[in-house]
Parts: sequence; structure tokens; C-alpha cells
Amino acid sequence: MEHLLRRYGTGLTALCIGLTIFWLAVLVLLPNFTMLESSFRPYLAKVDEGGPLDFYSLRNYGMVLGNEVDFSIFGYVVQTPVRLKVFILTIVYSALVTVITFAMAYPLAYYLAKIVSPKSLPTLFLLLFVPLWVSEILRSFAWWIILAFKGPLNALLMTLGLISEEVRWISGFTPVVVGLVYTYVLFMVFPLYNSMQSLDSNQIEAAEDLGSPWWRTHWRVILPHAKPGIASGAVMVFMLSAGSLLVPSLLGSTTSGWFTQTIQGIMLDSQDWNAGAAFAFMLLLVCTIFVSIMMRVFGVKLSDIAK
Amino acid sequence: MSAAIELDDICCDFGKFRAVDHVNVTIKAGEFFSFLGPSGCGKTTILRMISGFIEPTEGVVRIGGQDMKGQRPNQRPTALIFQNLALFPLMPVWENISFGLEVRGVDKVKRRARAEELLELVELKDSADKMISQLSGGQKQRVAIARALAVEPSVMLLDEPLSALDLKLRQHMRAELRAIQKRTGVTFIYITHDQGEALAMSDRVGVMSQGKLQQVADPREIYNNPVNGFVASFVGENNILTGEVKKAGKGEAEFATAIGTFRARLGNASHGKLYIRPEHMTLSSKPGKENSVPVSIADVSFEGNFITVQAKAANGTHLIAELRNDGSATVPAAGTNMHMSFAAERASILPDTSSVGA
Repeated sequence: MEHLLRRYGTGLTALCIGLTIFWLAVLVLLPNFTMLESSFRPYLAKVDEGGPLDFYSLRNYGMVLGNEVDFSIFGYVVQTPVRLKVFILTIVYSALVTVITFAMAYPLAYYLAKIVSPKSLPTLFLLLFVPLWVSEILRSFAWWIILAFKGPLNALLMTLGLISEEVRWISGFTPVVVGLVYTYVLFMVFPLYNSMQSLDSNQIEAAEDLGSPWWRTHWRVILPHAKPGIASGAVMVFMLSAGSLLVPSLLGSTTSGWFTQTIQGIMLDSQDWNAGAAFAFMLLLVCTIFVSIMMRVFGVKLSDIAK
Repeated sequence: MSAAIELDDICCDFGKFRAVDHVNVTIKAGEFFSFLGPSGCGKTTILRMISGFIEPTEGVVRIGGQDMKGQRPNQRPTALIFQNLALFPLMPVWENISFGLEVRGVDKVKRRARAEELLELVELKDSADKMISQLSGGQKQRVAIARALAVEPSVMLLDEPLSALDLKLRQHMRAELRAIQKRTGVTFIYITHDQGEALAMSDRVGVMSQGKLQQVADPREIYNNPVNGFVASFVGENNILTGEVKKAGKGEAEFATAIGTFRARLGNASHGKLYIRPEHMTLSSKPGKENSVPVSIADVSFEGNFITVQAKAANGTHLIAELRNDGSATVPAAGTNMHMSFAAERASILPDTSSVGA
């Protein structure tokens, strides 16, 4: 603070701090707090607001339970409230997206950080970034075309003789997972690249010199070193996937409900902002808890991720 | 346990740059061999070719008589100690040491026991469960040695591992390394640019310059009978005089310089420069019997066990004498005129460079 004052003078310091406080308080905390407050209040006609019916309750949160449907878990059919089922599937498939992006990003990040010559690195990074210049909507539609029943993917696989008749890719969660992986894979690549780049290459050579095969070098030396990067990539991809609305809406099939779509339905179709707020908070809360548990399981500290 | 290494006419090119140029040397089993040279002379490249991280462009590397072509570092009987040690910071000390055994599928109890044993060998008991970051520089050094010894290599390769340590510790670790080498009997190949290290520890030293091996000999021979100017001036100090060979006789010649004509030893070179070590210079008030130059004393610095005298000859040629302080020696005063002389058998006429095929 003193340092800032000395460096930039009173005016500029006040402006910097003022803007930060404005952003945090007015643009982040206030709307979230308003949502949180309204999530405990019932959805009422304008005239009843502030009247005897307007009191705090957990009724909106309870709305997630109700309308039971069949939910098959490992072959066992359980009667589950439909929104809860969507909620659980959203978490499960977001976790799956996270795992797939990791499996794809790890070799790529290792290649970029340790194998490729520094000279060709800018070109490769450019190639990775170019798709980001196209809007997310267009990219999702592109996948919708690629995966279509009479689309190029099926045509290619048939030509190669890998399949004998068209596969209906756009069914279940497949297209959503494909779309999410495609959209968020870079959020995994870059933290992984950063963490691997800081690894001393001599350690990799030392492991090899001591007789270690490549997979053990990865398991014992490279992977542990990259853990903070993996954690921060995984948190980002998981949170973004669970909170994504565009990809599940565009690429979803009739059987792939995403919880954000449920929230959208309640807020925009039913106009019930109170219940919508409650659902949004539930998603945030459960995702945060899930991430915290995962961090505990893998022994990652919050400070590691912020690096 | 230990194995001999043959470098059979090896070369290594990086693009158009030839880093190692036709190096031939046989390192005996159980020997402590040093490659000595300035940075960029190709000594690290040689080490990496022996360990298998680089394949030679030409020539053959043999370890224990076996051609190592196509053998990856994890298949060779060598263990490399890196310049920055490259210990695994996320593993405790004992796991670092036993990593090589873990790779070989040794069970945990045996690994732990072996790690403790090696820690005792490097005098670092009770540190098994510490993390690497908790150790001092010298302790890390020992862990690196123990980690390399754990895989029972036939050959230990050391890439300037002492360069990061302070002077006291470095001298201590020299003795330690030498002792460990004697105890284990493993062939040690040591890379350094520090002549003191190379001379003090090695059975034999190979001096390198610009990818070529200049001389391979035991430390005394390297210091007392350097084969060329590069070796003479890289290893130890020298007074270097330019001039011409006159009257070449049997192993001896007269050498004419701007400050006089001197008798000196002559090898098989027909021209070169005259090299005299400062400690072989003597000072007296009267001219000596032979090889004597009148000089004026420019500066005298007293360094405890010896006295360094900077002097100038008539035409301004700079000469240095290093006098042993035996307690009674009269220290010459700056500004006085004296005579500096040297024995003919202590002065050598050497060519600038020449490569050897030892």
C-alpha cells in the first residue's frame, strides 16, 4: 500500500483501489448476494412482495426433489427426482470431460514443454490458438455438422471401412462431451505446459540414466512435478464444463439434460428467478465441494493452483 | 564391478560444428580419469556419449569391451552425476537413493535397507527421511553420489559436480570422492575445468581443447612435461616468451628472444614458444650462470607460503617469479634491479597446439 502510494501518487492509487473495490463489490458480490437472498424467497406476484406470503424458506431448494423418474445406476434402477438425476449426470459427465481433456492435454503439453525445439514453439502455439479466433457458437455448430448422421465423420469412417453403417453420434451425452472437450482442452494444456516447463530436464535424464523406463519417469518424476498444473487445469475444465450452457444446448440430444439447461428453463421459461437462483447456487456449492474433495484426495493445496 | 572404457576414434557433430574431434582414449577399469578443459571444449559431450544421451557421429564407445551403439542410457552400466545433481525434490532422501532399485523391481524393505547402507557409506546417517530441500550443498552432493552408487554401476560419470560448492567444501569433497572411488573400485570419469581438482584426484588426466584431446597422462606428467603450449598454459601458470629456435641439439636448443638467448628443452617441434613456470624462476643480485635476465622489480606480493614477484625486463617484457617462503628468504623490494634466471631443464620450447592419438 505504501509502496503503491510512493510509486503512483495519491490519485492513481485511489483510482486503482477504487476500481478494484467497485469491481469486487458492485459487479461480483452485490449481484451474487442479491441472487442468494432472492433464492430463499418465494416466487410471488408483484402485489404480494413484502406481504405476509413473502418470507424466507428453503422451499426453492427443495424443488430439486420431486417428479421422480427411473435412474439406472450400474444396472440398478433407482427412483430419482428428475432434476437431481440431471444434476448428478452433469457432475459425472463434467468429471468425464475433465479426465478426457487431461488424457489429451498431458502428452501435448509434454511435447510442447520438453521435446519440441524452442524455435518451432511459436508456430505450434499459434496453431493451438487459431481455433479460438472462431466464435464458440460456430465451433459447436461445426461439431454438430461433423457428427451428423449423414455427416463427414460417418462418411470418413465408412470409407475407411471401420464401420459398415452410419453411427448415430448425436445421441445421449456423446456430442456434449465431444463439444466440451474440444472447447476446453486448451484450459488444460496451458497450465500443464507451464508446470512441465519449470521441470529441470536433467531430472528426466537422471531418471533415465538410473534405468527408468519412460512410463516410470512420467509416473514418479514428471507427473508429481506437474501436479499443481494438473489441479488448476482440472478445476478450470470441470467448473467451466459444469457451468457451460451453450455447448449442451447446441450439441445436446433429447436424452442429454445438463443442469444449466434446467436453470435456464426455470429462469426464462417459468420466469421463476427465485428457484433459478437457488438451483444456480446449488450447482456452485456442489461443484466447489466436489473440487475441494478432489483436491484433498490428490493432496493439492489452493496455493498450488494459484501459481 | 568396474569396467574399462574405450573411446575409439569418436567424433560428434552438432550441425556444422564439430564438438568432439577424433578422440581416442582407453580408460582402465577402476581408474579415476579426468577430462580437463575450458568450457566448450567438448568434455561434457564426451560424457554424454558415454552415458548414452548422445550417439557419436563417428567412432565407437565400448564399455567393458562391448559396443554401446544403440544402447539407451537406461540400458548402459553407467551412472551419471549431473552438474546440478538433478535430485528429485519431491521424494525423500531414501527414495532418491533407491530410485534405481525401485526401477529394477526391488521390494520396499530391501530398498530402504540399501539406502541406509549407502547413506552410511557417504557419511549421511539419519537423513533418510529428510526432503532434498532440507539438505546443505555438500549433503546433496553425497545423496547424488549415493543415488548413483545404488545401481551398482561399472562406470561413474561426474559432470563438474563440485562446481556449485564453496572452496572449503570443494576441497573436502575432493578427498571424499577419491576415497569413495577407492572403496568401491568403480571406474570414475570426471569432467572439470578446474585443474586443481583434476590434478589432485585423478590417476590420469586428459586435457582437451576445441574438441581435441591434447594430452593424456598422469597429473605429474601433465604439469611437468606438457606436450604443447595449450596444456602448459591451461594447467598452471607460465612465463611465455616468443622467439625462434636456434642451434637445435639433442633434446635441447637455444632459443632467441627479444630479451636474450636461452637454453631450453626441445621436443620434436621445430618452432614454438618458450614456457617457464614462475616457481622455477630464481632471483639474485648478481647474474646467474645461465639463462639470466636483468630485470627491475615492479611489484611484490606476499601470499604467505610463497611470494609472487612481478618484474620487467629491459624491453618491458613481463616476467613472474614465485618464491617459496622458507622464512629466511629476503624479500626483494619493488623498484630494485635484480637478475632473474632459470635452469635449462626447467624451460621448454613447445608448439602452440597439437593433438595426440593416445
